[in-house]
Formats: sequence, structure tokens, C-alpha cells
Amino acid sequence: MKLNKFNIGNLFLITSLCLLALGLSFGLLATLIYIFPEFLKDHLGFVSLRPLHVSLAIFWIILGATGCIYNGLKQHTTEGSTYKIAIVQWILWITSITGIAVSYFIKDFGGREYWEFNPIWAFPIALAWVLFLVNFYSLVKKIKNWPVYIWMWLTGVLFFLFTFTENYLWVFPYFREHFITDMTIQWKVNGSLVGAWNQILYGTAIFLMDRISNTKNTGRSKLAFAMYFLGITNLMFNWGHHIYTLPTEKYIRYFGYAVSMTEWIFLAKIFFDWKKSLNAIQKNYHYFPYRFLMAADIWVLLNLFQAILMSIPAINKFTHGTHVTVAHAMGTTIGINSMILFAACFIFFDYKLDTTSLNGRFLNKVFWLIQGALFLFWLSLNFAGIKKGIWQLSDQQSTYSEMMESLQPYFITFFCAGSLLFIGMCLLVYKLLKFARSNKIITTTIKT
Amino acid sequence: MRSKPIYIFLFLCISFLIYSFSIYLKPLSVKEDPRFDKKKASEGRLVWQAYNCQSCHQLYSLGGYLGPDLTNIISNPYKGEQFVRTMIKAGVKQMPSFNLADNEMNSLIEFLRSTDASGRADVRQFNVNSLGVIEQNEVK
Repeated sequence: MKLNKFNIGNLFLITSLCLLALGLSFGLLATLIYIFPEFLKDHLGFVSLRPLHVSLAIFWIILGATGCIYNGLKQHTTEGSTYKIAIVQWILWITSITGIAVSYFIKDFGGREYWEFNPIWAFPIALAWVLFLVNFYSLVKKIKNWPVYIWMWLTGVLFFLFTFTENYLWVFPYFREHFITDMTIQWKVNGSLVGAWNQILYGTAIFLMDRISNTKNTGRSKLAFAMYFLGITNLMFNWGHHIYTLPTEKYIRYFGYAVSMTEWIFLAKIFFDWKKSLNAIQKNYHYFPYRFLMAADIWVLLNLFQAILMSIPAINKFTHGTHVTVAHAMGTTIGINSMILFAACFIFFDYKLDTTSLNGRFLNKVFWLIQGALFLFWLSLNFAGIKKGIWQLSDQQSTYSEMMESLQPYFITFFCAGSLLFIGMCLLVYKLLKFARSNKIITTTIKT
Repeated sequence: MRSKPIYIFLFLCISFLIYSFSIYLKPLSVKEDPRFDKKKASEGRLVWQAYNCQSCHQLYSLGGYLGPDLTNIISNPYKGEQFVRTMIKAGVKQMPSFNLADNEMNSLIEFLRSTDASGRADVRQFNVNSLGVIEQNEVK
């Protein structure tokens, strides 16, 4: 008897691609409000469009990361994973995401920034994550001598659950009644949550590199482990750089600053590895997954350099609360996280195509459209942020409204680049989904 | 390297937990400010979240980017409490009008009052000290 079962990893990846397309659509609509302030004002408005965009973009990353772990672990072992648990996990996510989207449409908010939905929808997410942890543990306990990416996945899975729970401490009056502590915890959580999914995705990038190069060296070197421990130290302790201006305890700010400065080591490593990377780029340039990983590396370089500068208090004073922060967030989620996820989709879907084929030539153009549009998008936000930074430190301040008016040229550029980025990413998503559908990569036939 | 990662991992996790709990315990050592009703202010924070004010506005430069930072709006000599009440009711440009119940409005104002008293968010009032960290100037 043959039984069709879902390929869990690909099920999560395909779901995440659909969420990306939706998230991009709401993002484009939200951008229009910067140019046409009255757009959808009395219907959805910015209060609904922003969370719709942000939450769906976050879910693209989290569900994509989940799919990468399931697919990645399948290369090591097929024992231990409980299919039913994974399906229940997926159903919980779909229930929660549907509820969240509806709550945004009907303006039933109540949560905090990035998680603005009614907190009731956090329960299915937390439960789905507990089930994921159970499945993850039952799989990895059978693997001996873990490569670094399994450590990174473990860190990401554990810390996501911890920080997601911590994210809801505000429901207790004990925390909410002490505003400064409450804000400190809120931004501690936001910093660590991003660190948690970055651990999963950077782990995935190492896994993919090992697979592309057909070696098992990258994930087992001492240097890889040293970088991993430096990474989790930053995940745990560098978040203080978000709250330099908040009147919280001094030691939090000093500690955040000191730990953030260890990121120079990552930057130095990238420069040190540059020559070696160039040879690999020449060798694998025509292979799409490698191309996306290469793009992620360049975005890591740009965003890491920007992050380090923003973590220096003298510079942070200038960039804090400006669009430079948005540029950094967009640069990392699109430039780094999304590029790694696209590479993963190509590999896990087994979508083999060369840049010289017809389809390949088309995707080649899409690839460069995405990179070019993203760079322009990132630059326009940085310039808008710099101008706002000058304004907020100026002694002769114009009104907020006048300052925002003066940023219009940057917002128009931001909208145009955003539209191109939307077209490029939607075309890529369409191609990946079309391939997934025609090659039935979502199901696995099992003989019983 | 085979057996070491788990020890380093556990050491870092325990340090992280100690650091986290040192922050969770802070409210126990904070003296209450008799000028504010902390329950009402915390209800005001829920109103702030229920109407998703953070999607456009900031507190201590953390939040949205469409509207201005509201940390010190109450003590701003050109704005103040009445200005906030009017803006919420009437709306402006991208901001729609919000029909808040009286108790919601009062709680939100109390939240903004207590936030205002917690410190200054204007970055012009910050200096970088000799160790390179931002310090707020003494309020004259």
C-alpha cells in the first residue's frame, strides 16, 4: 500500500513563501501612506497595515526557519520525528496566523510592537513551538557529535520559546506597573528574539554551504564553534544597545555596549575570509542557491558594519529613533534572512537550474532586480534617517510635520524601490511555488 | 571540542538567566511615585496597546516612525494634556480620530503623564560620557 504523506519541511517552506507574498503586499500598501497620508485612513489605515506587513514578514522567517530545520535534520536522521506532532504544529500556526490577520483587519489589537495582535493568539504559537521542541529533541538526540549548525538550531529553538514567553510578562501588573523595567524587558525580548531566529538561519546557511561544497568541514571547525559562542553571547547580552536613551540601570547600557563591540570580530573574520570566498564565488557563480548565499554574505557585511556603528553610543544618539534603524531592520530581514531562505528553498525543493537556461536567465534578471531594488530601498531609508538625525539634534528644530515633509523625496524613492522589490520577490515566490506544485515536492510517497 | 560545547552553552544559559532575573527583580527596589496612580497608568498602557499607538508613535524613540515621539508630550509647553485629548478625538493627516471612552482617555493620559515624569527623550539633552556611554544631562 502506498501512502501520501506531507514532506513537513517543504510544507513549512511553501506556507512561508505564501506568507511572504502577502506580507509584501501589505508592506507596499503601508508605504503608500508615507506619500498619500489619507490613503485607506478610515479603513485599514497604517495602524492595521504596518502590523499586517511586519507580522507576516516575521512569520515568513520563522516558518521558513522551521522548514529548514525539518529538512536539514532529515539529512542526518529520519528516526524519532513524530509526523503527527509536526502536522499539529503546522495546524496551530495556520490557526494562529489566520486569527492574527483577522484581528488586525477588525482592529482587535492589544499586543506590543511586532506582536500587536490580541495576546490570545500567542497561545497557539507557544504551543506549536513546544511541539517543535519535542520533535526537534526526539530527532537530534539520535545524532552524535553535533556539527555547529545543530547547536545553532537548538539555540534558536530554545531561545525563541524563552523570549516569546518573556515577551508576555507585561500581562502581569507587577511588570506593567513599572514602566522603565517593562520597556527594558520589551527591548531585551525584541533583541533576543531576532537573535534566536538568526541562529536558526545562520545555522542553515552553514548547513547549505556544507552541502553545496559536499564537505562536512565548515560546521565542525573550532573556529565555527568559537563564532557560534560569540554569536550567542551577543544574542543574550548585546540588546542593551537598543535602549541607550532609556533611563534604565547604567550597567545594562555599559554591558550592552561592551558586548556589541565584540561584533568587530565577526567583521574582521569576513574580511579575513574574503579572498577565499572570491575563489568559491567564481566557481559556483552560476548555481542559484550559492548566488543567494553570496548575496546574504554581502548584506551581512553591510548590515553588520551598520549595526556596529549604531551600537556606538555617540553614533546611536544620532541614529536612534530614525529611519536608519528601519534600514537596518529591512536590510537584515530581506537582505540576510530572506536570501538564506531563498537559497534553502532552491536546495530543499531540489530546484536545479542553470543561469544559462531560459528559466535560469529569467531568474537571473529577477535576482539582480531584487538586489538592486533592495540596495536603493536601503539607501533611501538611510538617507531619510540621517536627515531626521540631523533634525533631532538641531537647536533650531522645525515642527515634526515639516521635517516629515522634507523627507518626501526619500519616501518617494523608498516607494519606487519598494515596488520593484515587491515585483522581484513576488516573481521569485511565484517561480518557486510553481516548481513546487509541478514537481509535487510537498508530498512523499511511502510504502507501507 | 567534542564534549566542551555543552559546558560553554550551559554556562552562558545560566549567566543569561541570572542577568534576566536581576532585571525582573528591579521593580521590588523601585520607590513608588505618589504623584501618579500606577494602576491607572498601567491600564493606560493597555489602552496605548489596544489602539496600537506604537505603530506610528515612539516612547524614548522606540516605536513607529510616522508620528512624533510622545514621551514628553505632556510637559511640552506648546502641547500638553489638552492638546493630546483634542488630537485623539479629532485626528490629523494620517491619524484617524479615535473614539475613546472617558475612562480609556483618562487612563491613557495618566500613562503619558507618568511616562513623561520617568525621564527626557530629547536626544539633545544627552551627552556621551568619558566611557563612551550616553548619559542624560541634569535637568535644570
